[in-house]
Amino acid sequence: MPKSTARCFIHRPARLKRRFAAIASVAALLMTVSPGGAETLKWARSLDVQTLDPHAYNENVTFAFNRQMYEGLVERSDDGKLIGVLATEWRMLPDHPDVWEFKLRRNVTFHDGAPFKADDAAFSIQRAMAPTSNVRTYLAAAAVEEAIAKDDYTVQVKTKGPSPLLPENLASIFIMNRAWAEKNDSVVPQDFKGGKENYAARHENGTGAYRLVSRESDRRSELEAYDKYWGIGQFPIDIDRIIYTPIQSAATRVSALISGEVNFLQDVPPQDISRLEQNESLRVVRGPEIRTVFLGVNTSANTLASGEAKGNPFADKRVRHAMNMSIDRLAIKSAIMRGESVPLGTIISPIADGYTEELGKFPKLNIDQAKQLMAEAGYPNGFSVTLNCPNDGMVNDERICQAVVAMLAKIGVTVHLDVQPSAVVWPLVLNRKTDFYLMTWGSYDSQLIFDNLVHSRGAWAAANYKNPEIDAKIELLRSEADPQRRKTIIAEIWKTVQDECFYLPIHAQVLARATQKKIHVTPNVGNQISVKTIKVDK
Amino acid sequence: MTGFFLRRLLSVLPVMLMTAFLSFAAFHFIGDPLQNMVGPEATAQDRARLAAELGFDRPFYIQFFRFISSALHGDFGISTRVGRPVLDLILERLPATLELAILSFIFAMIAGVALGVVTALRPRSILSGFSLTVSLIAVSLPNFLIGIGLIYVFAVKLGWLPSFGRGDTVKIGWWTTGLLTKTGWQAIILPAISLATYQLTLILRLVRTEMLEVMHSDHIRFARARGLPDRLIYFSYALKNTMIPVVTVAGLQLGSIIAFAVVTETVFQWPGVGLLFINSIRFSDVPIMAAYLLIVSIIFVTINMVVDCVYYLLDPRLRTGGVVR
Repeated sequence: MPKSTARCFIHRPARLKRRFAAIASVAALLMTVSPGGAETLKWARSLDVQTLDPHAYNENVTFAFNRQMYEGLVERSDDGKLIGVLATEWRMLPDHPDVWEFKLRRNVTFHDGAPFKADDAAFSIQRAMAPTSNVRTYLAAAAVEEAIAKDDYTVQVKTKGPSPLLPENLASIFIMNRAWAEKNDSVVPQDFKGGKENYAARHENGTGAYRLVSRESDRRSELEAYDKYWGIGQFPIDIDRIIYTPIQSAATRVSALISGEVNFLQDVPPQDISRLEQNESLRVVRGPEIRTVFLGVNTSANTLASGEAKGNPFADKRVRHAMNMSIDRLAIKSAIMRGESVPLGTIISPIADGYTEELGKFPKLNIDQAKQLMAEAGYPNGFSVTLNCPNDGMVNDERICQAVVAMLAKIGVTVHLDVQPSAVVWPLVLNRKTDFYLMTWGSYDSQLIFDNLVHSRGAWAAANYKNPEIDAKIELLRSEADPQRRKTIIAEIWKTVQDECFYLPIHAQVLARATQKKIHVTPNVGNQISVKTIKVDK
Repeated sequence: MTGFFLRRLLSVLPVMLMTAFLSFAAFHFIGDPLQNMVGPEATAQDRARLAAELGFDRPFYIQFFRFISSALHGDFGISTRVGRPVLDLILERLPATLELAILSFIFAMIAGVALGVVTALRPRSILSGFSLTVSLIAVSLPNFLIGIGLIYVFAVKLGWLPSFGRGDTVKIGWWTTGLLTKTGWQAIILPAISLATYQLTLILRLVRTEMLEVMHSDHIRFARARGLPDRLIYFSYALKNTMIPVVTVAGLQLGSIIAFAVVTETVFQWPGVGLLFINSIRFSDVPIMAAYLLIVSIIFVTINMVVDCVYYLLDPRLRTGGVVR
């Protein structure tokens, strides 16, 4: 997804202090008799964090780092379930379905020592709705109007009409301290386009298990365990120091792990997984990511913008089905993904709400039937089209596209491959300037997929599927609070999406993380590891 | 001398303008920087407003003119990825790249000249054969492979040196240096060697060829006939005469070391301007890409001019003969 950044430089203490530090650490070593001992997580990823301002930028790498320092009222557990963090319980008020009430955790303090109160939660939600906020989309999706502190430990969120998915959306809103933000001129989120940096972009004051020690952008960020964290005793917190380093080159990243310069590697390149597994001092953990990879076709254009065809072949459902049944998903899994994927017949992840096994089934590879469908649709000799394919958007994206070119050639579809960075491809999709493209999406529920990919006005709906009936159902879903009726509507919409086949699903990604043997990381479906839950062998 | 210098300066202007135009034009059509800034949920109005604010809706030539005129004032605009002034970002990263480039340049010069002399004077020695073979391999291997090879041997297998990063740095004014700390020195060794290989080979072979030629020239034979000691002949009379072409080539190579540090910086996660450039491509950050190319071409042109002037000073024939037009 699109990204932007903030660069921060905080310089570490003067060198002069190092000698004293060395003496002190020797002394500390001599005195240390505690059984645990200090454990540092040297964590490497391919990309750096863009900003520490929790509401300025909505991007996974940034969010995954900031969640070590900041917490929301609720969050997603490693397996994707919604759990309470700064809120202990929440409910939609029975006589006011447009108000959600959250009861807050007591005895929580921010890193500067200030106690956490309902006023901070209300302030943070309001802050996240500012025009410069990049996470306001979550609050807009839940139709949030305002947040009010009822008393010190109760906060109410008012929405325009009933908003069944409000708690889910709040999982992306971190809580800040109002007094700290006001004192440091950070009442509104950092403004990227204005070229401004605020205090919160380089400093933090969250309630999380770790606090910032130093940060140099694109180089390293250091965190230490917060000694007054409310969750001490509830979480292992075996790691007491985190050193986070971005390393872009895949080969260097893997080398750094093998040589012991880092001990936790995210974004493990698939081609290195088996080699790392054979290394006895390392541990590789795999788990599904809540993200699917699929192709999209523009169904509404009159003619193809690229390639040669009579009219727009993608407007014909038979062509779409023919293409769908000529994609060999099992071959992609074994030859390209080296087994690290879950082939799918739908664009919703098997982990997300609304997935069924029925949806997941994919058509059998059947070239004869596909050819017959092509002939029936009036394309016995096929047609040609350009496939817009990113090369840094998902695991092995370029190679998947190359495979698709070869597979579609068998039914007469000549595909010209146009491979470019995702910074080029995503705008084509957003502006609907593509006939045929490779895309990825990950969300925890069906509704967000419908809103963005299925609704004719959805931000990423470059398939341009136009069906007023489906649009109406999606809109209905936004304020439908009754779980049973929601389920029915969701199933109906999915049935149409599958029948119409304007997306050609490929697979769900499987992610791997590698660590030194003694470090145990639980896979996280959102690809957002929570360091406080990491266990270390003593 | 002044006339010579001024003429060179004048000839540089069209070159710079052309570079600026090409880089601006090429990057102008890459990606959609607006998208990075407004996010996926922005409405058409949001985009239009931002485009107007940033001047993206103006005709190309007006945007280009604005780019040139602000660049002349040292203003390269604001990075669309980071939201900070481009010049600040480049200046922040420049020390890392310059330290790496200059260190590998010095290394390539010293080792290149020394090995060049040895291979010319003692062609049958083991050291000569070894350095000629290795240099042939080094020059034919792509730079990133050399980098990864060094990492594999010295970081993974032997564990002597770090595989990435810059180590600890010290801040002196706006300049950050890694050359005052132990970890800084450890970190710079591998990338510097990797960056130096190509230049080293080039200088080695150049010195060798020139040296062999000079050794057969009349003034060396006369010096020999006079019974001057070998050491004096080799290092004072012969080497001095080989150095003029070497200085020219080395000067030009310094420019390309700085410009092409991109690959080395990516392999070693070296936080210099090359890495900044790569990131900018990924996020189609046009102001940084354009400014980077412009600054690199300024460095190139400046070094070129300095080389010309040094050449002019070194070689008396340029001053007296009809060579100066």
